[in-house]
Amino acid sequence: MFIKRLISNKMNLIFGLLGLIILLFIAIPLGKMILGSNPGILLKTFLDPQVINAICLTLYAALIATIFGCLLGVPLAYLLSRFNFRGKRLLEGLIDVPIVVPHTAAGIALLFVFGRNFIIGRAFGNLGIQFVDSIAGIVIAMLFVSVPFLVDSVKEGFNKVDVRLEKVARSLGASPWQAFTRISLPLAWPSIVAGNIMMWARGISEFGAVIILAYYPMTAPTLIYQRFETLGLSYSQPIAALLIIVCVIAFIILRALAYRGDKHDQD
Amino acid sequence: MIRIENLYVELGKFALRDINLTVDESEYFIILGPTGAGKTVLLESIAGLNPVKRGTIWLKDRDITNYKPEKRGVSIVYQDHALFPHFSVKDNILFGLMLRKKTRKELLTAQDWLGDLLGISHLLNRKTATLSGGERQKVALARALSTKPDVLLLDEPLSALDPETREAVQEELRKLHVTLNNTIIHVTHDFEEAMTLGTRIAVIGEGQLKQVGTPEEIFHRPVSPFVARFVMTRNILAGQAEKNAGGESAFRVGVTEFFAASEFEGVCYAAIRPEDILISLVPVPPGPPNCLTGIIVQITDKGSTLYIKVNVPPEISCLITRRHFNEMGFYTGQRVYLTFLPSSVHLFKG
Repeated sequence: MFIKRLISNKMNLIFGLLGLIILLFIAIPLGKMILGSNPGILLKTFLDPQVINAICLTLYAALIATIFGCLLGVPLAYLLSRFNFRGKRLLEGLIDVPIVVPHTAAGIALLFVFGRNFIIGRAFGNLGIQFVDSIAGIVIAMLFVSVPFLVDSVKEGFNKVDVRLEKVARSLGASPWQAFTRISLPLAWPSIVAGNIMMWARGISEFGAVIILAYYPMTAPTLIYQRFETLGLSYSQPIAALLIIVCVIAFIILRALAYRGDKHDQD
Repeated sequence: MIRIENLYVELGKFALRDINLTVDESEYFIILGPTGAGKTVLLESIAGLNPVKRGTIWLKDRDITNYKPEKRGVSIVYQDHALFPHFSVKDNILFGLMLRKKTRKELLTAQDWLGDLLGISHLLNRKTATLSGGERQKVALARALSTKPDVLLLDEPLSALDPETREAVQEELRKLHVTLNNTIIHVTHDFEEAMTLGTRIAVIGEGQLKQVGTPEEIFHRPVSPFVARFVMTRNILAGQAEKNAGGESAFRVGVTEFFAASEFEGVCYAAIRPEDILISLVPVPPGPPNCLTGIIVQITDKGSTLYIKVNVPPEISCLITRRHFNEMGFYTGQRVYLTFLPSSVHLFKG
């Protein structure tokens, strides 16, 4: 039915062909990566404790970064959605800066602030928290580069919640907290979940900032890079395949939740 | 009941200025004005949803200017009903009572009372998305009434409804007011709605109150061209009035002169409602004081009625029924006579 409609219109047909190129551009490398691995090496890699540790560490660090991102990002997203003020655009631009700067540069910027030579790094150091070559450093790097995805997604979610629903709740006796927790938060929930999954998935794939701040302990992307540099393509490919599978699963969950959120909005 | 003194509210570039208003207990008070006049801002300021820069709002002799919205004892119903989409109808209407931690028995009593009052008992377990416009409006009203507010604020409650449903909900509002005898402040841009429901009307424009009075006063005795235009007094003529013997004034606009049944002098406006003017093909005997002649320049068909614009000069519009129009066979370019009583001419300074 869709194909029939597509070929019945010249413009749609051209758009379809152009779209197909981009779809193949994404699908072929990913498919080749997963299906093109040598099964023997793939199995050996899956059983390699260093690989398993790296993948678990990546998932764990990304989760911790996401929890921090959620705790700090959701309130910010709510304020940005509800208030207009001078400099708001600038602030929104600032939040998105980590998306556009090279991530190695982001890593160096973080190293300056959280390294031992800066006051913040020293203050945390006095509390026993080190950011260089530590899990905390990986978390900070992931948080920095992936939190804009969460803030943007959650802000859009709150934008979709009519502010008058909160006003009605207030006039019915709800405090600002009650209006937020009973009305705005549940209604923006699909976007909050989507934002968290997006941030987590983006954190998993982070390499540039992490390698500057914490080469060790090794995350999966760092391990892929190290194996590629030392042992070659065939040894880095299975780890990359495994990581891609994890990211794809996260992405499928994200799309499913976003779809449910849209359906809820249409209701 | 509600007394607003010198209220000043600023929202971005818009400001509500010098609002002085008193709404009595059990009154059905209408705030009437065009889009962007500040009606909703005023309503939300009463509800505590907008910060007040200056002035005072009194409710039952309590200064509530700085009260939080949840402490004011007022409920608001919006044009698009603003029902909570993730709740059922029942959870919507009991939201305020659940916040007050009412017992299960109290919730059931309230649910039955509101269900019966608004005829929505059969909808209680429905999702709000499945309701019609009229049903949504009733649920929004039930939710607002559930907390037994001192004042019910209605923001254009009929605007989003089709004409048939609008009439039914309008009737519902009237009945509700009679039954509960509560204080209602209702915002609308529709002057017919205001005339039908309001015990008193405040006309608002550009953030300021233009006139407050009974529907009769607003309709027949507007105090400014703004109000006169808003209540569809199509004939607002600027001219000069001169007092004469017998408690009347002669009003002159250009070379045309007619009489008004009020003593007035100097530069002023004359407002004549189109429906108060009789249009005929010959002068009406025995020759009342205001009989003007002119040429029809425009006929505007409104379905059951028609507006006929006659150039005397000035141009004067009159309203006739379709039956009258068909019987008389008016057409553009035809010479006709316009007759109206001096008591139909309202003079004001503006």
